[in-house]
Amino acid sequence: MNLSWLFKMAWRDAKASRARLLLFMASIILGIAAVVSIQLFSQNLTDNIQRQSKSLMGADFLIDTDQVPNERAQAIIDSLKPDASEVNFVSMVAFPKKNGTKLVRVRGLQGDFPFYGDLETQPVQAAFNYQTSGGALVDATLMLQYNLNAGDSIKIGEITLPIAGALNAIPGNSAVASSVAPMVIIPSRFVAGTELLQFGSRKEYQFYYKQPNADLIALEEKLQPILEAENADLDTHTSTSSRLGRRYENVGSFLNLTAFIALLLGCVGIASSVNIYIKEKIKAIAILKCLGASRKQSFLIFLIQIAGIGILGGLIGTLIGVGLQQLFPIVLKEFLPFDLTITITAQPIIMGVLLGLVMSILFALLPLLRTWYVSPLEVLRFSGETSKQAHKARFVAIAVIVLFLYAISYWLLRDFLFALAFIGGVFITFGILTSIATFTMHLVKKYFPKGAGFTTRQSLLNLFRPNNQTIVLLVAIGLGTFLISTLHFTKYILMDKAALGQTAESANLITIDVQPDQVGEVVSTFKANNLPVLDNIPLVTMRLHSIKNESVNELRTDSTSMIKSWLLNHEFRTTYRNKLTDSEEILAGQWVTEQSADETIQISISENLAEDANVTVGDAMVFNVQGVLMQTEVASIRKVDWTTLQPNFSVVFPAGVLESAPQFHVLATYAPTEERSANLQRELVTKFPNVSVIDLRQMFAVVEDILNKVSWIINFMAFFSILTGIIVLIGSVRTSKYQRIKESVLLRTLGAKNKQILSITALEYLFLGILGSLLGILLALVSSLLLALFVFEEPFTPSILPFLVFLPGISLLVLVIGLSNIRGVLMSSPLEVLRKNG
Amino acid sequence: MTKILKINGLGKTYSSGSKQLTVLQNISFDVQRGQTFSIVGPSGSGKTTLLGLAAGLDTPSAGTVELCGYDLNTLNEDERAQLRNKNVGFIFQDFQLLPTLTALENVSVPLELQGAKNAVARAKELLQKVGLANRIHHYPSQLSGGEQQRVAVARAFSNNPAILFADEPTGNLDEETGSKVIQLLFDLNEEAGTTLVMITHDLDLAAKTQQILRLKGGKILTNEATVNI
Repeated sequence: MNLSWLFKMAWRDAKASRARLLLFMASIILGIAAVVSIQLFSQNLTDNIQRQSKSLMGADFLIDTDQVPNERAQAIIDSLKPDASEVNFVSMVAFPKKNGTKLVRVRGLQGDFPFYGDLETQPVQAAFNYQTSGGALVDATLMLQYNLNAGDSIKIGEITLPIAGALNAIPGNSAVASSVAPMVIIPSRFVAGTELLQFGSRKEYQFYYKQPNADLIALEEKLQPILEAENADLDTHTSTSSRLGRRYENVGSFLNLTAFIALLLGCVGIASSVNIYIKEKIKAIAILKCLGASRKQSFLIFLIQIAGIGILGGLIGTLIGVGLQQLFPIVLKEFLPFDLTITITAQPIIMGVLLGLVMSILFALLPLLRTWYVSPLEVLRFSGETSKQAHKARFVAIAVIVLFLYAISYWLLRDFLFALAFIGGVFITFGILTSIATFTMHLVKKYFPKGAGFTTRQSLLNLFRPNNQTIVLLVAIGLGTFLISTLHFTKYILMDKAALGQTAESANLITIDVQPDQVGEVVSTFKANNLPVLDNIPLVTMRLHSIKNESVNELRTDSTSMIKSWLLNHEFRTTYRNKLTDSEEILAGQWVTEQSADETIQISISENLAEDANVTVGDAMVFNVQGVLMQTEVASIRKVDWTTLQPNFSVVFPAGVLESAPQFHVLATYAPTEERSANLQRELVTKFPNVSVIDLRQMFAVVEDILNKVSWIINFMAFFSILTGIIVLIGSVRTSKYQRIKESVLLRTLGAKNKQILSITALEYLFLGILGSLLGILLALVSSLLLALFVFEEPFTPSILPFLVFLPGISLLVLVIGLSNIRGVLMSSPLEVLRKNG
Repeated sequence: MTKILKINGLGKTYSSGSKQLTVLQNISFDVQRGQTFSIVGPSGSGKTTLLGLAAGLDTPSAGTVELCGYDLNTLNEDERAQLRNKNVGFIFQDFQLLPTLTALENVSVPLELQGAKNAVARAKELLQKVGLANRIHHYPSQLSGGEQQRVAVARAFSNNPAILFADEPTGNLDEETGSKVIQLLFDLNEEAGTTLVMITHDLDLAAKTQQILRLKGGKILTNEATVNI
C-alpha cells in the first residue's frame, strides 16, 4: 500500500475541510489541557513533598506525646539526645496596646529548631534572636489583623512578652491550618510563667532530633511499639511526607476526574462532529472506491486525518496545560505547607499527546468504521443499508471504547472499584440524558402541534429531521449544566452545614478549660454582660484500662484483636449528664439518667466508639480516672452528629458518679453582636488567663473562606468542562451549518422573510437550550439530594440560583451560537450564499 | 473480436421491509472489446442497477458478470476495486468529483492509486485535452457544470481504461454543453480505443453507439446493432 499517497489524500481533504477539523481539535484541546495541567501539578506536588521531606518536618524525626512524658518514655527521649524540644497548647492571648484578644496556638520552643527549612520572620533576624532576646514571634496575618508591630507586647496567660517579629512560615505548617488558630512562638523557658499548663488543658510535647545518618526505618520499627505503650509517638520525616503525599493524592484524584470529565465532554464533541463529517464524506468515499480505492485505503485516509488532529490537539492542549499549571501554586499556596517549585517533566507531556491521539481515534472509531462499509454503489444511489458485519464491528468498537475508558479512569484513580463506579456514573448520566433527549424527540413527534404557526412547526421539525444534532446538543448542554449545578448545590450543602449553630438559640461563644472554682465567676461574667449560659458542661479526662476484661496492655500485644489501636492510648474527654442533646439519638440499649457511684456504672458510648472498641450493650469497660479505676458497663449506644459545632462526646456517664472527680468545664453562650462577643472575650481573658474562648462566628468565617477557596478551584475545573461544552456546542451547531443554510436559503427563495427565518432558528435553539439546561439542573438536584442524604447526611434545601442564572444564561448562550450559524444567510442574497457554500 | 463484458442470467432483487423487489431479471448480453454500447430504457427499467452490477459496484442476486476476463462473483470487494482501478473508467450524470480536491488532483487520483509516477503530468495532459489547462487548480465548486463534466471525462481516461461506463453523461447539462462533452467523450474514446458502455434515455445519443440494449421492467426488450435499427 502506498502510504505517502494516503497521507497526501488525507492532507488534500483536510485542507479543504480545515474549518470543521479545527473545531474537532478545539474539542480535544481543552480536555487535554485540563488533564495535563493537573497531572503535571500532581507530579510536581509529589516531587516537592519528597524533595522537601526533611524541611516539611524541620527535623529527621521527632517524638511527641500529649502529656508530660512518663519515666520510661523520658528515658528513651533522653537516650536519643534531642536537639530541640517544644510544648504547645491552645490559649487566648491579649494585645494590651490594641485591646484585642485571640485564640492562638502557643509553641514554646527550646533549641535551634528547625534544623531543615527556614523559620521565616520579618524582620529576618527575629528568627535568630527571639530565643536570646526573649520575644514572641506572632503569625504575620494576625499582626496585620490587629495592626501590631515588632516591639508591641503580647499577654499570654500570666506573662507579657515583647513581639520580636512577624512569623511568615515555619516548616510543616500551612496557611489554612493557622487561620483557625494562628501561631505564636515563644522561648520555652517562659511557658511555666504563663501558668496555662494547668490540669485539663490540651497540650503536646515534641522532641526534635537532627540525625541525618540515622536508619529511620529501623529506628521506627524498634522504638514505635515501646513508645506507643507509653502514650508517645515517633514520627520520621519520611513517614510524615508520605502521609502528606497520600493526602494530596486524594485531592489530585478528584481534580483528575474533573479534568477527565472535561476530556470526555470533548470526546463527545469529537464523536458527534466526526459523525456528521463522515456522513458528508460518504459520497466521496464511494467515489474513491469506485475509482479503485480499497476499504483499507479509504478507512486509513480518514483515520490519518483524525489521528493528525488528535496529535495536534494533544500537543496544543499539552502546551496550554503546561502554561496553566503555573497557576496552581498561586491558587493553592495557602493549602500547602511548603513552597512549590514547578518543574516540567516529559511524562505528562508525552501522555497528553498520546491521550489526544488515542481519545480522538477512540471516539471517532464508530463513525470511522462506516467508511469501511460504504459501498461504491452509493455513487449511483443512496443505499443506507448496514450489514451484519457492520453491526458486529460497532459492537466490538463500543466494547473497546468502554474498556479503554475504564483503563484511563483506573490509571487516574488507582482503584478498580472506584474506577468502575466512576465509569458507571458517567454512563448512567450519559444514558439518562440520551434517553430523555430521545424521549423528548418522540414526544414532540407524537404530539406535534399541527395547528401551530409556520415558524413553530418549522423549528420543531428541525429537532428530528435527518442529520439533526438534537441528542448531541442536549447531552452536551445537559452535562455541562449538570456539572456546574452539582458543584453549586454541593457547595451550598457544605456551607449550610457549616452555618449550623449560627441560629439565635445555639451557642456561638464557647469557653474551655474553666477550672471548677472558676465556674461561678465565669457564669457571673456572662450574666454581667447580659448573656445567657446556654451550656455548662463538666469534662473529666480518662484513659481506657480494659475492654471486656482484657487490659489495654494485653490488647496492645494481641495481633488478633479487633480493637482499633488508637483507643488504647487515647485520652478520653468525657462528661456526665442526665439527658441527651439535640445531636444525639439512642441506637441500642437504654439511656441511664442517674445512678449512685457504688453500682456498676451504666455509660453511653457513641456508635463509632462501639465499632472501634468492638463492644456492644452489656459489655464491660474499665476507665482509669486520674489513677482511680472505674468499672463501667455499656448501657446504650448513641448516634452522634459530630458535624455540629457544639461539644460532643464519645463517652457519657450518668449523673451522680463523676461529680467529685477532677474536672474542668466548658461554658457556652450566645453573643448577638461581634462587639459584645469581643467585650466578653476581653473581660474573660483579663480575669481568667487560663480560659480559652472559641468564637464560632469567627470560625465560621474561616470555614467560609476555606470553602470559597476550595470552590474556586472546583469552579476553575468546572470551567474547563463548561468551555469544552461550549466548544462542543459550537462544533455541533457548525457541522450542520451548510444544511441549515441551504434550508434557510430555500425558505427565503420561497418567500420567507428574515424575521421568519430568524424566529425558526431562534425557537429551535431556545428549545434545545432550555430543555438541555433544565435537564442538567434537575439531574444535579437529584445527585445533590443523594449526596446530601448519603454523604453529608444533611437535609437538602436547593438554592434557586441555577434556575435564575444557569437556566436563562445557558439557554441564551445556545441561542446566540445557533443564531450565529445563519447570520450569513440573513445578511446576503440567496444566490450569493449558495455560490459561496456550494 | 474478444468479449470484454459477458453478462449471463443476471438478476437483482432488493428486500424492502418484508417484500422482495426484483429490479433485474435474467439479463444476458456481451460487449465486444472496443465496441460502443448503449443501454436505454424508461426510468425504473433497471439501467443504473445493471451498470452498477456490470462495473462490479454491486453483487448480483443471480447470474454472472465477467469483466475483462474476470468472473466478478469470485472476487471480493477490494479485488473488484483493484480491477476497476486498472481497467475501468466512469462518467456519472452528476459528475461525482471529489469536492475537496482540485481538478488536477481529481484527475490524478486513479493513477495515484496505481502508484504511477507520472500521475500529475498525465492529468495535466488530459485536462489540456479537455480544454481546462487554465482551470487545473480550481475546486469543483468553482467550475461550471460543463467544466466539471469535462474534468470527469479527463479522470475517466486517466488510467487508460479498457472499458468506460458512462451513466447519463449529459443528464445534468444543457444541450449545447452536453453535445460538446459527448463529442469530447467520443473523440477521446476513439483515440484510446476504449470500450464504451453508456446509459442514456436520449435515443439520438444512443444512436451514436454501435449497439443498443433496450430495457423495460428489468428485462431485455431488444439488443440490436445500431446499423440494423
